[in-house]
Amino acid sequence: MSLIKCEGLVKKYGNMTALSDFSIEIPEGRIIGILGPNGSGKTTFIKSLCGILRPEAGTIRIDGKEVGIESKKVVSYLPERPYFSSAVRVKDTLDFFEDFYGDFDRKTALHMLSTLQIDLKSKIGSLSKGTREKLQLVLVMSRKAKVYLLDEPMGGVDPAARDFILKTILTNYSEDASVLLSTHLISDVEKVLDDVVFIKRGRLALHKSVDEIRMEEKKSVDTLFREVFAC
Amino acid sequence: MEWKFTDDIPIYQQIMNMLKQEIASGELAPGQKLPSVRELALEAKVNPNTMQKALAELEREGLLYSQRTAGRFVAEQQGIQDGLQEELMMEYVEGFLEKMKKLGYSVDEVIALLQRYEGKGEE
Repeated sequence: MSLIKCEGLVKKYGNMTALSDFSIEIPEGRIIGILGPNGSGKTTFIKSLCGILRPEAGTIRIDGKEVGIESKKVVSYLPERPYFSSAVRVKDTLDFFEDFYGDFDRKTALHMLSTLQIDLKSKIGSLSKGTREKLQLVLVMSRKAKVYLLDEPMGGVDPAARDFILKTILTNYSEDASVLLSTHLISDVEKVLDDVVFIKRGRLALHKSVDEIRMEEKKSVDTLFREVFAC
Repeated sequence: MEWKFTDDIPIYQQIMNMLKQEIASGELAPGQKLPSVRELALEAKVNPNTMQKALAELEREGLLYSQRTAGRFVAEQQGIQDGLQEELMMEYVEGFLEKMKKLGYSVDEVIALLQRYEGKGEE
């Protein structure tokens, strides 16, 4: 059984179509890059999987469940923008995750935070943008979920922080879980991906393994992306 | 080991080539234990599935073997190192000759060039 199965998803904003007859199946144990230019529907797809947006048509099954309370128990979602108020402290965010998610492993989170030398007493507002993003990722990856949805996890951080983020993803996902991550930094993530999904104007343009792409096209995913989406 | 990857071929094949080189040069000694898939994947910053695939292929080719609980080891049979060296040597020579042919040199000319180059180095 596929871990994620979507069929015929349609999502419109007014007369703008964000997803159009979008179908995809994703198995367990894969790291998948969701790639596409700005406005192609990546975030809409991710938000549909975690139940923040409701498509007008189509079905979604995650681990066999419809999107709702049961699916949310196994989905760990990192939104594009960090969402904690700048007034709360790092420790409060841990408490928050512990309260909300039964699968949150505080020990893992504490260990990663100490590696990063993030002080539990710091206020979120005092952290740099990069540190805030790292904290958010630490929280999301410290859940023992089955699906990790990471929307632009490396948005505004430096290359060293990107390495940390990739390492965190590699260390923390297990064989029965899958990670979906959307990004524009293809060359940075290519080595860690099993498969890539290209989304073009709300449609699935390509879903292939990185090995296949390199074997068939004799080029990297980054190069192929630039060709497929040339302006 | 330095893990640097190029664009044109699958990453698992590049990992296989790097490990072959290490075995051929003896840097990975016969019988030596390899780190776990996860450790190697983290070190190379690649997907664990990719690393797994590379190691499984090398196992299939008889260059590595696993013991159920103890882990993965470099094969100990005699001649493996020599065989690998030969394989890599052939690969390098073929690649080199192909490039030289594209530049318009015949094999004889290449040999002459190599001798001249070698002579220069000695002077």
